[in-house]
Amino acid sequence: MSENKIDTTKPTQPGKPIKRRDFLKNGLRAAAFLSIASITGYSLTKSMSDDLVWQIDPNKCVQCGRCATTCVLNISAVKCMHIYKMCGYCDLCGGYFKPQVKNLDTAAENQLCPTKALKRSFVETPYYQYDVDEELCNGCGKCVKGCGAFGNGSLHLQINHNVCKNCNQCAISKVCPADAIIRIPSKKGYLLKTGFQAPKS
Amino acid sequence: MAKLKYILSSFLLTVIYQLGNAQRFPAPEFESGHIPPKTQTIAPRGLGWEYLDVIVLFLALSIMTWFVLKKRSRKGIFWTSIFSIVYFGIIRVGCVCSVGSIGNVTLSLFQADYVIPVTVIAFFVLPLIFTLLFGRTFCAGVCFMGAVQDLVNIKPVSLPSWISKPLSAIPYIYLTLALLLAASGADFIICRYDPFIGFFRMNAPFGMLVFGAAILILGIFVGRPYCRFLCPYGVLLSWMSKISFWHTTITPTACIQCKLCDSSCPIDAIDKPVNMNTETDGKGRNRLISLIILLPLFIFLGGFLSSLLYKPLSTIHPTVKLAEEIKWETENNKKTESEESKTFHASGIQISQLFTDAGHVQTIFYAGTWLGGSLLGLFFGISLLRTSVVRRQTDYEPNRGNCVSCGKCYKYCPVQKQVAEVSPKTDGV
Repeated sequence: MSENKIDTTKPTQPGKPIKRRDFLKNGLRAAAFLSIASITGYSLTKSMSDDLVWQIDPNKCVQCGRCATTCVLNISAVKCMHIYKMCGYCDLCGGYFKPQVKNLDTAAENQLCPTKALKRSFVETPYYQYDVDEELCNGCGKCVKGCGAFGNGSLHLQINHNVCKNCNQCAISKVCPADAIIRIPSKKGYLLKTGFQAPKS
Repeated sequence: MAKLKYILSSFLLTVIYQLGNAQRFPAPEFESGHIPPKTQTIAPRGLGWEYLDVIVLFLALSIMTWFVLKKRSRKGIFWTSIFSIVYFGIIRVGCVCSVGSIGNVTLSLFQADYVIPVTVIAFFVLPLIFTLLFGRTFCAGVCFMGAVQDLVNIKPVSLPSWISKPLSAIPYIYLTLALLLAASGADFIICRYDPFIGFFRMNAPFGMLVFGAAILILGIFVGRPYCRFLCPYGVLLSWMSKISFWHTTITPTACIQCKLCDSSCPIDAIDKPVNMNTETDGKGRNRLISLIILLPLFIFLGGFLSSLLYKPLSTIHPTVKLAEEIKWETENNKKTESEESKTFHASGIQISQLFTDAGHVQTIFYAGTWLGGSLLGLFFGISLLRTSVVRRQTDYEPNRGNCVSCGKCYKYCPVQKQVAEVSPKTDGV
């Protein structure tokens, strides 16, 4: 940076310093090209053709509730997703009802979900189906906690890519206490649970 | 007693879980033939789009360069920047952008397990190469952040150099900090503190909205405040631009010294001619020599002073932050009851392991602050050197490093008007 300036102080023949300047400039240009090329080359060795998206690792998630409040979107891109094939279709759903409810009905005061995003519908005795209304879900994870504690853990949080803006730096990933928000290849997209896993202690 | 209960119950629970690793409630077999619905997920934006973005970036850079160097058309530059705002800002919602890609590239250089998408590398490299060839045509308006600030700058005010010179040191500090935090895997601060992204997402934390609005309001009067006094990518681009093969000029042919462009630049990036007849006494040379001798001292001081900050800086890293918390807990024999602490205790990771990891991160910060600080000291020394160097200049010329090729000075040049009249092909806006 400095060398191309220093020599100009010496009063030299007209014509001569320009040549020297050009020489230095070309040297710097070559250096710049080389450094760009080497940085690019090195990162290319660690690159992949796919793009990265943010996703929640359901096995790491501790349902702290920060997803609901930290996402840059007003209503978080984190949504509860229901893996139906894992669900026990219980009447007493730990994800739907507040603990120690008196009547197992859809009364608002019985529901764990603060936004009434979890819907309950009767299938046949004694089974009930639970569906998530993603428009209403704010990703607080209360139902996930309940379902994981008392049930099969079929409800879990995922980032909905229809809503997510895929920020280069996910705001939630910085506050997640469990480092559960990770970058995954966009082809994969989701980290859905496949089977029942016992929660850690 | 409570502890014993806790241990017992957790032991019992573990046993139960070990036994019942199968589903607690088996999936029912419906008599009514009810078929459980499938979980619906919407796939992320297709990969084809990411590659289209790179192609659009390349085309936008090419068109912008053509407008800047060949057509010398402010109108063309203006409409290209509107296109950038619409495509990169509104349609793509800003991520990933070249400015933020610094973080990704740095992380890929320093973290073994981070795999960087090729498209992000392209976003990082393309503007650098274009700038090395043609000057900062990326800044002119392909960068949607620059374009937005260019749009709002309707009442440009010239800043005195005693304000703008010290402020222009901030991007260097910001870049150093961003590199350090990205390399250690702590955070991408460039992305997090991007003031304009919130407007494109139509959603942002309140503080960032205020910051963005403040920069835009300031930008009405002060040309491109983010580009000049914050943008870390601008530092890299200004280096490239200083040695670029081609660069835009104020006048299409020869400067006639009319001084009409004197105050036309909204970002004060026009270098005025220097009186060549000034006698050079020994003073300047002596100062230059003493500054060169002092340069190693600046480098050392920069490194030393920055390294004093490594501890507080390292607490930005989540591992160090957690380790500090756990350390506090063990010293005071209390639990902080924070989510981090609870999660850590539940994870079963050894405290010694955490401390080792945190120590490793702190070593990176110690080395990083020394290195970054030394570089800052070097840049400081060089900028002092430059003030002692005789500048040879006879014409009004754009400052290679600072000029963003926005083309606002073109219309002030009477030669440009003349050329435009002679050949109607050139758009002399």
